[in-house]
Amino acid sequence: MNLAVRDIRHNLGRFLLTCLGLGLLLAIVLSMLGIYRGLIAESLTLARAPEVDLWVVETNSRGPFAESSRLPGDTREAVARVAGVTEAGAVTYQSVETETAAGKLRLYVIGYEPGRPGGPTRLVDGRPIIQSRYEVVVDRSTGLTVGDRLKLGRREFRVVGVTAGQVSSGGDPVVFITLRDSQKLQFELAPPAARRELARGGGEASSDIVNAIIARIDPDVPVAGVADGVRRWKHLAVLTQEEQETVLSRSVIERARRQIGLFTTLLLIVSTVIIALIIYTLTIDKTKEIATLKLIGAPDRTIVGLILQQALAMGAIGFTFGVAFIVSMKDSFPRRVVVEAPDVLALGAVVFLVCLLASTLGVRLALKVDPATALAG
Amino acid sequence: MTQAAPLIRFADVKKHYGEGTARVDALRGVSFEIGAGEVVGLRGPSGSGKTTVLNIVGCILAPSEGELTLAGAAVYAGGRWLRPDLRRLRLETIGFIFQFHNLLPFLTSTDNVALVLQLAGASAGTARRRAGELLDYLDVGHRRDAFPSQLSGGEAQRVAIARALANRPRIILADEPTAALDSQRAQVVMDLLRQVALEQEAAIVVVTHDDKIVDRFDRVLELRDGLLV
Repeated sequence: MNLAVRDIRHNLGRFLLTCLGLGLLLAIVLSMLGIYRGLIAESLTLARAPEVDLWVVETNSRGPFAESSRLPGDTREAVARVAGVTEAGAVTYQSVETETAAGKLRLYVIGYEPGRPGGPTRLVDGRPIIQSRYEVVVDRSTGLTVGDRLKLGRREFRVVGVTAGQVSSGGDPVVFITLRDSQKLQFELAPPAARRELARGGGEASSDIVNAIIARIDPDVPVAGVADGVRRWKHLAVLTQEEQETVLSRSVIERARRQIGLFTTLLLIVSTVIIALIIYTLTIDKTKEIATLKLIGAPDRTIVGLILQQALAMGAIGFTFGVAFIVSMKDSFPRRVVVEAPDVLALGAVVFLVCLLASTLGVRLALKVDPATALAG
Repeated sequence: MTQAAPLIRFADVKKHYGEGTARVDALRGVSFEIGAGEVVGLRGPSGSGKTTVLNIVGCILAPSEGELTLAGAAVYAGGRWLRPDLRRLRLETIGFIFQFHNLLPFLTSTDNVALVLQLAGASAGTARRRAGELLDYLDVGHRRDAFPSQLSGGEAQRVAIARALANRPRIILADEPTAALDSQRAQVVMDLLRQVALEQEAAIVVVTHDDKIVDRFDRVLELRDGLLV
């Protein structure tokens, strides 16, 4: 006869309510892990999207995401001519805020040269940019659709294509425009400001500035060798794709990662304490029954089993509920939440250990219960 | 009344709590024997040592001095327990009946009785069958699927008696078994205990303050200040 199951069945509503509370707590733990994974995924999205091997940036810089980087636009020609480089493209990155019908919208604008690396790779609607001016491809998270108009700076752009899952490390939706449009957006002065510049004798500065040159390398040529060549002969900083991803995941989001890690640890500690308190309270509630069991001759293993099995059942049901909750809710979060199977399994193992640990408090209490308590009336 | 070899032998048992000025002598040398088939009352004012006697016979409290013999086997002597597994001893030899029945609230009547049988090693089927028979015997068979909260006081006490009888114990210890019952039901419980004492050749000790059942005992042991009077 399984006493734990009988007790749970008898107090099913209360037990399930407790599991529900625990499940919500575990859902928060899992969501923190998911937010952390989402943060990494989002921050790497920008670096992975162009599917390139090299990032050529300003000397002594680790740009364009971790640090600022400015290069003359014609650097692309120089990089494209390096032996082993099959394709090269100039790109710009900038954050802008604009107004749409839905309100203010913060965007991460990527300027690229159509036909070269750096543009949107997988469209879910519409077409790529084919005109040199005033066309934009937007991420689905902007809420814009093909045919909508979008004002960037002083110009109005027409949405021609829609991508999905393209966001910056800050979670802002990405939009793609041509390099020329992006340079105008970044460097072109408003007419009054331009007139003032001319009046004070300043000439019109070149706006052919880019933030990085990205390059694809022949699969038969070592990427490191090409990178060394560019560093040595072109006097530019070069990051391989792997280095760029490391910079992004280790430097750009390091503090956020540590913050979330600490918060998740605290949540796990809180969960442990709460589970321990629940089990302890459940055991206190059963002091009389435990005393009776001892008095009528039940061995310790029966009593320990009652507490331990309930603790594990609570953990298992709470965990299942938490996972189901977060899996069904993850797409409703404002930023990406990535729930990965290894994280879920790891949390499951932690919950199992936590339940074992937490139940020791209840088990200790149960083993100390004096059977004479049953006779105490 | 059947008089056979004593099932409970309490020989010059002393029990004190605390030391020095805080020392309280709960029992100051109590001796008695109870044989098979006997239903013995244990009476006395509060603090006279009744519960201490019951706890010692129930092997949940060690005497300070003296000897305890249960069902012919020495259990406590020379300042130590002589049986390694006292819970097993309780399970097989002693049945307990409580003032407030102490049934497990999450088990049905049948399961409360069957649990004791299963703890003693019976299979689930055997345990449930025997539990059913006992509940029928105690006239609560119709409440076999009810939980304790659904039983009346009298029904719950009968289920508790069925649980105490489940492993056919030779010794039954009852702590105020009629205190929560009206006069009529109290008499029924006493009839049942007497019937069990005779049929199972058991020794039954009933701690009671209840005057309305005092004439139902074969003997009454009166305790006062830790001594039998």
